[in-house]
Amino acid sequence: MSRAWVFGDDLDTDQMVPGRYAPFMVGQDRFHTYAFCDARPGFAKEVRPGDILVGGENLGCGSSREYAVLALKRLGVGGIVAKSFARIFFRNCINLGIPVLESADAVDLVKDGDEVSLDATAGVLGAPGGDIRLRPLPPFAKEILDAGGVIAFLREHGDFPRVGL
Amino acid sequence: MTRPPGGFAPREPPTLAGTSPKTLAERILSRQSGRDVRAGDLVIVPVSRVMVHDSVADAVMAGMRDLGRDRVWDPSKVGVFIDHAAPAPTPVVADSHRAVREWVRTQGIATFYDAGEGVCHQIMVEEGYCEPGTVIVGTDSHSNTYGAVGAFGAGMGGTDIAVAVALGRTWLRVPESLKVTFAGRLREGITWKDAIMRVVREIGTDGARYACVEFHGAGALPQGDRITLAGMTTEMGAKAGLVVGTPEAPDWLFPDAGASYAREVTIDLQTLEPQIAVPPRVDQVVDVSAAVGQPVDIVFLGSCTNGRLVDMRQAASVLRGRRIDPRVRLEVVPASRRQLELAMADGTLAALSAAGAVIGSSGCGPCLGRTGGVLAGEEICLSTANRNYRGRMGSPDASIYLASPYVAAVAALTGVIDDPRAYLEASDAELDALVERRRAERPDRGAASSRSGDRSAELALAAAPLRFAYQAEVDD
Repeated sequence: MSRAWVFGDDLDTDQMVPGRYAPFMVGQDRFHTYAFCDARPGFAKEVRPGDILVGGENLGCGSSREYAVLALKRLGVGGIVAKSFARIFFRNCINLGIPVLESADAVDLVKDGDEVSLDATAGVLGAPGGDIRLRPLPPFAKEILDAGGVIAFLREHGDFPRVGL
Repeated sequence: MTRPPGGFAPREPPTLAGTSPKTLAERILSRQSGRDVRAGDLVIVPVSRVMVHDSVADAVMAGMRDLGRDRVWDPSKVGVFIDHAAPAPTPVVADSHRAVREWVRTQGIATFYDAGEGVCHQIMVEEGYCEPGTVIVGTDSHSNTYGAVGAFGAGMGGTDIAVAVALGRTWLRVPESLKVTFAGRLREGITWKDAIMRVVREIGTDGARYACVEFHGAGALPQGDRITLAGMTTEMGAKAGLVVGTPEAPDWLFPDAGASYAREVTIDLQTLEPQIAVPPRVDQVVDVSAAVGQPVDIVFLGSCTNGRLVDMRQAASVLRGRRIDPRVRLEVVPASRRQLELAMADGTLAALSAAGAVIGSSGCGPCLGRTGGVLAGEEICLSTANRNYRGRMGSPDASIYLASPYVAAVAALTGVIDDPRAYLEASDAELDALVERRRAERPDRGAASSRSGDRSAELALAAAPLRFAYQAEVDD
């Protein structure tokens, strides 16, 4: 089981990793230790591999900084469930292999600190109150995610997925 | 067919017989993908150029390595910029800048702008790197800016950009479009920054998520004002922002009459008031009247949104030879070397300096809190840039109000937010009296500024963002 970290609407990437802690400001080996340092002090120390972020509308809005997603990946975040995602953040997560799934209800049904389990393939978030159905990913994104990210997909196939075109 | 005079007018027959009327985004992505596509379709399109900046160049380089690609697909089509933390503020940044320069050299990339040349987006547009009607992707969310000249510009993360520079292609979902029409004329003292903040107020920070914002009634504007409009579509979650009917656009680049829009918004410029975005949300916007008297400690005039000659001139026209309030700092950062030199040549920069402004080297400056005048805890900033998130410009305890260059100059002059029109209209004697009165009314913030005096919580309630439930397909 993993822990749910619950956030509200419009969680921007400046909250995930402030610009002053960008990898090119503090080094590649340290930036992830500043994840949510202002918005949720202690997150980077307490988060465990497999933990799930749950949020509201427009999660990941703002700066395109992929290192916000990379910080979450370094910390082992196992997936993100939100009402909706900002577009660049969504792409970044798919590209780096973090499951991002939409649910209108999860943010209201899951409390911060709840034990949850994410089955990204089945599209289900197991929560104390019962299973929450998640919106399936578009096939194009799913193929990239299933490969472990866009780099892995391209290395294997040499080109973008052909589904959904 | 020739373009109708005076800017945009809807084109009558669609170019391809038998196809449905297209938005500008649909027209561009159909042409570039070679298919007749519409909103919701997935396309793989060639990119005409890729923009990479210092902040995430390391991720692009790493992505290329991980892909097993040694060379970019076409070094003449990659533009590299050192602007986000430039000149280097720390040894770590200096090292990463060095790595970028080395990469540029080994890849044979000619389009390279080093520290001090300016903000990537300003240079991309003003130096003509954005071919209208093509797709350009960049490592920065404000790559939407290229829509100022009719290019479909979209921001992406480092890995997406690594793929684009390796393959010369990217994938996109054809966005729905929101049509924003500007009606009437701006009054004196009101700017296109106010106009776009009014749009953000209406649409909200996610009201254009995954969508393209198509601007009508703005094609004839000076290029700089179009940059202000297109760049700030990012703050509504947009994938792209396109100005219709620009002088740079080729004849085919028009939306069809009868194209389908997810939403249409008309902004009445005639009644528009100066707009203030209240921290920490870009869509938390009030008319200036609600925020009059709000004290500020530091004013930032610059960024790709408002760092051009016209913006600096507007500020100088308010200051009119006066010194800024001694309790306030004013930082001016021209958006590019070209803008810096224009403002030097016509005396604007000298006027701002004489007023007490610190002039920074061209680039992103303190907009993103990495270099040049970052904010201390509990400081209150009035910025002409595009974001006021918590922690954006330095300390997470600072507050950032966003406004036009006119409002910024008034804040520097008086130490408080006020309606700039009174200052522009005042005689010299009236101006001095007005400034003296406002300075006297300014709440004392003390040497170590305190939170007292920041009215953002109260103003946030007044702003009550008009959230628009736009239902978009998930995925890009």
